Amino acid sequence: MSSQVANAPIEQIKDKGLDDGVARLTDEKIAKVIGDVLKAEGGARLKAYVDTCAHCGLCSDACHFFLSHDRDPRFAPAGKIKQTMWEILDKDGKVSPEFIGRAARVAYTECNLCKRCVQFCPFGIDTAYMLGLVRRICHKLGVTPQYIQDTAHSHSATLNQMWVKEDEWIDSLMWQEAEARDEVPDLRIPLEKHGADIMYSVIGPEPKFRTQLIYQAAVIMHAAGVDWTMPATPGWDNSDMAMFSGDYEIMGRLKRAHFETAQRLGVKRIVMGECGHAFRSVHDVGNRWLGWRDEPVPVIHAVQFYHELLTSGKIKIAEKYGEAVTFHDPCNIVRGMGLQEMGREVTRALCSELVEMTPNRELNYCCSAGGGVINCGPPFRNSRVVGNRIKAEQLAATGVKTVIAPCHNCHGGLEDIIHHYKLDMKIKFLGDLIYECMEKPWS
Amino acid sequence: MNALYQFVSGPLVWASFALFIGGSAWRLYSLATLAAQKDVFVYEYFSLPYALRSIMHWVIPFMNAGSRKNPALTIVAFVFHLFLLIAPLFVIGHVAMLDKAFGISWATLPDGMADIMSFVVVGACVYFAVRRMTVPEVKYLTSFSDWAILALAAAPFVTGILAYHQVFGAQFITILHILSGEAMLVAIPFSRLSHMLYAPLTRAYIGSEFGAVRHARDW
Repeated sequence: MSSQVANAPIEQIKDKGLDDGVARLTDEKIAKVIGDVLKAEGGARLKAYVDTCAHCGLCSDACHFFLSHDRDPRFAPAGKIKQTMWEILDKDGKVSPEFIGRAARVAYTECNLCKRCVQFCPFGIDTAYMLGLVRRICHKLGVTPQYIQDTAHSHSATLNQMWVKEDEWIDSLMWQEAEARDEVPDLRIPLEKHGADIMYSVIGPEPKFRTQLIYQAAVIMHAAGVDWTMPATPGWDNSDMAMFSGDYEIMGRLKRAHFETAQRLGVKRIVMGECGHAFRSVHDVGNRWLGWRDEPVPVIHAVQFYHELLTSGKIKIAEKYGEAVTFHDPCNIVRGMGLQEMGREVTRALCSELVEMTPNRELNYCCSAGGGVINCGPPFRNSRVVGNRIKAEQLAATGVKTVIAPCHNCHGGLEDIIHHYKLDMKIKFLGDLIYECMEKPWS
Repeated sequence: MNALYQFVSGPLVWASFALFIGGSAWRLYSLATLAAQKDVFVYEYFSLPYALRSIMHWVIPFMNAGSRKNPALTIVAFVFHLFLLIAPLFVIGHVAMLDKAFGISWATLPDGMADIMSFVVVGACVYFAVRRMTVPEVKYLTSFSDWAILALAAAPFVTGILAYHQVFGAQFITILHILSGEAMLVAIPFSRLSHMLYAPLTRAYIGSEFGAVRHARDW
């Protein structure tokens, strides 16, 4: 099967952060920074992966970008490494500013770090890790997409992803508490409750534009009789876009702040909402940067928590969701944490009919929003969506109108795909369905 | 010619095995120490059961999604590697030379079987070459080094076939056969043929990470 498209030039999308960053580069600075990063952070894994890769191309079939671009080799995992890390290593870091501009686009916007390619490589080569290292180099060179860099600045200035100020955070929680008390008169969102069992942690966007999720979580916690709390201080945000921009120093600060907050509150564990990448930050990238083998306070994903609540009977379902649904496996909680079966068990407890996409579970296709790609903002929205036609085809093939995606970023990604490919579908969180279907003794 | 034959089948054998074994040991040792310095979690997260589980799913054909998507390549690659290892170790000609030199011997393949195996290996190399030239996503990744290691792997078998059938002058072609075998051995630690050494390790690591840390399958 030959591909004519492989010769068509790839559009070099304009982005202020990338273009201004490239304009500031000199050959000397590039060679020095690359040398420094590889010396400090490139190790046995990088060496083994680059030396061992047999250039067999088997990773190609794994990648949604490759498949959606009609098998264009430049979007295959090893093809992306060829355009970035191989060239960097072959030239011993002596690459041009233009090269860095292209490499940054490949690493930040043409790969979601979803690790599906790792499932297809006979040697288990971690392409996502290598492209993450390319991002690290680009970050150190000051060449990052504008929107994700702004997000990293937000993390740095406020410890959260969305420039939420300290008083805005408390106000948002109290606002949702007030709203929820219209429905559940004695509901509280306990702030700063020392010694609670659980600290509930959310991602930056939740108080900004997904506040109903906080409302729903409070109702669920209340109905289940959970001893919980939320922090009133910065350090409430479990998200970590600095991990994806390559700003590992900020990533380290974020993770430390989040866990120190939990330790300050003396909770037994942290329950997080339906996020994907926060997990990755906790037990893959963030913890290793800090030299932690595991996390200091156990972190439970919403899927695990809901499973616990439903199986223990703390939450009872009044009436199941009547429409047929399909389940989208978020990369970070499936390949990242093995929650594919638990997610399905929760879904089946809530829904009368689950239609599977194919392939699924660890072999699912990424939504194309993750890995910081959606966070690179509007300039790259089209390339992100065009790079995932295969997901649209997969969704359409199920014939259902509701897709469950227990991850905030997946919602963003799937919303854009549904809109662009004109699918008649709506997206739900598991929390949405629990709130809709649960018994409500107060009403 | 005789002197050359004595040289390649004598001192050069010692030298090439020394480079192969010494080189491989050095490559493994330096990777292990590099990991201890820079990727300490590789040792922290290592889990023998999960490592073996992953290796098993990738050594046995069709136990992973990738090989099911590429059945022809899977079969060719599996048979290629199997025969590549078995033929040189058990062919009568090699065992006879070992016996003569050191008095060590072991069971051998029936006469002619190594010949058939060699044809299969060479056929597999042709398959790989054609694949490199015609499949766009493979062609895109291909450079001189890929052709070089393919040639290094194929040459001992091509010359082995010619030597067995005594084409082009038995002693001459045998010298070429020995030289190409030595070249391949020496190349193993110092080229991408080193996947022989590294692939079990990268597989073991990712199997450990996926199995023990991520609780997910890596096939």
